[in-house]
Amino acid sequence: MSTYLPTDNPPDEPSRLVDDFVPTLIDVGAHHLCPGCGEPIAMRCVMEAIDERELTARSVAVFGIGCYTAFSNNLDIEVLQALHGRAPSLATGVKRSKPSTIVVTIQGDGDMVSEGLQEVLHAAARGENITCIMLNNGVFGETGGHMTATTVLGQRTKTSLEGRDAALHGRPILLSSLLAQIDGTAFVARGAVNSAGNVARTKKLLLRALTAQEQNAGFSFVEILTMCPTGWFIETEEAPDYLNDNLAAVHEPGVLKDVLGQ
Amino acid sequence: MTLRMAPQAKDPQLLQGSEAIADAMIAAGCRFFSGYPMTPFTEVLEVMARKLPEVGGVCMNAESELEAIGMAWGAAATGTPSATGSTGQGLSLMQESLSEITLARLPLVVLNMGRAQGDYYQATRGGGHGDYRHLVLSPADAAEAIDLIGLAFDLTERWRNPVVVLGDYYLAHTARSVTIPAMKTRETPEWALDGSSGGTRHAKLISPLGTAKQRDDVGYDIAVHYADCVAATNEMIANVEPLAEVESTDDAEIIVLAFGTPGAYVRAAVRQLRSDGLAVGFIRPITLFPFPSDLVARATQGVKSVAVYENNQGQMLDDVRLAVLGNAPVHFIGGLSLDSSGFGIAPDLEVSVLVDRIREVAAR
Ligand SMILES: Cc1ncc(C[n+]2csc(CCOP(=O)(O)OP(=O)(O)O)c2C)c(N)n1
Ligand code: SF4
Ligand SMILES: [Mg+2]
Repeated sequence: MSTYLPTDNPPDEPSRLVDDFVPTLIDVGAHHLCPGCGEPIAMRCVMEAIDERELTARSVAVFGIGCYTAFSNNLDIEVLQALHGRAPSLATGVKRSKPSTIVVTIQGDGDMVSEGLQEVLHAAARGENITCIMLNNGVFGETGGHMTATTVLGQRTKTSLEGRDAALHGRPILLSSLLAQIDGTAFVARGAVNSAGNVARTKKLLLRALTAQEQNAGFSFVEILTMCPTGWFIETEEAPDYLNDNLAAVHEPGVLKDVLGQ
Repeated sequence: MTLRMAPQAKDPQLLQGSEAIADAMIAAGCRFFSGYPMTPFTEVLEVMARKLPEVGGVCMNAESELEAIGMAWGAAATGTPSATGSTGQGLSLMQESLSEITLARLPLVVLNMGRAQGDYYQATRGGGHGDYRHLVLSPADAAEAIDLIGLAFDLTERWRNPVVVLGDYYLAHTARSVTIPAMKTRETPEWALDGSSGGTRHAKLISPLGTAKQRDDVGYDIAVHYADCVAATNEMIANVEPLAEVESTDDAEIIVLAFGTPGAYVRAAVRQLRSDGLAVGFIRPITLFPFPSDLVARATQGVKSVAVYENNQGQMLDDVRLAVLGNAPVHFIGGLSLDSSGFGIAPDLEVSVLVDRIREVAAR
């Protein structure tokens, strides 16, 4: 059901542009990502979680390369920009040499699962006290909508034109499920940002992951399913449902592992 | 935390090159080291794994050279004096990161414990992308390696640019009596990350894409950043003094050049020929980048010929030719090792063989 503002009874407050809305710890509210992109919502969740835990003056975010990299010079927490796929090893170097820091990586599915899978697996197996965050939209958004290692079967991309075919392209890797089996992980969960409820749940997952890191409990991981209407080649307003019916049907949201005490 | 001090400057010890290099790194203030085993780099990693924790440092046995350089990158960003390294093959894997660490303007010492000398191009030209240069230091023995390790940490701190120390198999595995200098402590630089600038509205950013923030109304401008990096590189090149060992070049008719451990053998051959009355001189570049071009140009003015020995197919040869600029013929008297071990131990590294090759050049 679509909502609209009745023009015969305009609201009292002046209208707001996206530029006027500046989320916590994000410097400039306006972003250059596509309308309907899920990544700015995920970034906002991460920053709000850091702020709520009062970790702002201890945190270092290590960025991978993807559309979300547009935020790496737009945050009011310290940022170390890594190469495509390589954020977990940089995060390891930061954490090991400055154990008082809270270190999070911001990576995409292409970055983390395609290019840099071994980095995140080894960091998890080492029980590295860092939090890796994957924004999973099932495509290389930045390059224009190509198949990644998480693209679901049947999904059409520029390199799987008739849809991902198991026989031709192989099957998607469900990274959270893989990480949950590794002994070094303390917390592994998958959230989504395609509805207000899912955004609120995702923020709770992020808070839990930060708690794990504060308690030195081991490796923590939050995968966030994000909309990419551009890379999915669909209308912007269809993206939340598309996420639900396609991505989330395979990469199912939920807590996969939590070894922290209540 | 109690720190067990490394031996003071007064205690000479018999150490393998690898151990001397590791001890020198710790004395120079290195507190983070990461690596992946590969001969002849392995022993440096082993010694660092044993000794770095004793001084409160961290040594990581990374899962690959990609992770090794990534970990060192992260540690360097916290202002911790850091080093990594490998053998040429491992360095090949690290090249993407080496380029970008340079563009992120971070200090890092990188050991290339090469096998033979085939990594001269890789070290001096760099195998990575983009406009960047690394300072390259090449020791002839363990004693000089200790000095150059100290210099490498000073230079990388001063110029915020990686410094490569190019060693070889002989250096790593030859034991010498050496003296490790006293422990040096280094200040944490103001740009270092520790999280504390978060929430100040001026949170620090370290990125190979630049450090301009969107709030300053600009954001990343790669063209501007790359131009700044080139300016910083040029300033570094203009200010770093090229080093070389020079012997009996004043009246020389033939000048022989070599670098690294083979340099010591070539020097012995040149000394022998001098005592036999041949007017031969010797130059051993110690900084391979910046190459001591002016020195080579001056020394070779008016000579009859120039000879270059390298344990490869002729790589430094290019830099020598560029320096000599056609003022004298430049002959290559080195070559690839035919040794079956694969470690590039040159059968021609025998003073009598080198003497004969230099005589052949003299007879031309
Ligand atoms: C070594 C390397 N290979 C390829 C690229 C090109 N590249 C830039 S972003 C990107 C894809 C990013 O995908 P993802 O991490 O899923 O982020 P998204 O754009 O979907 O948010 C690729 C392949 C690169 N930057 N570096
Ligand atoms: S291409 Fe996709 S991920 Fe990238 S900004 Fe557009 S919607 Fe977001
Ligand atoms: Mg993606």
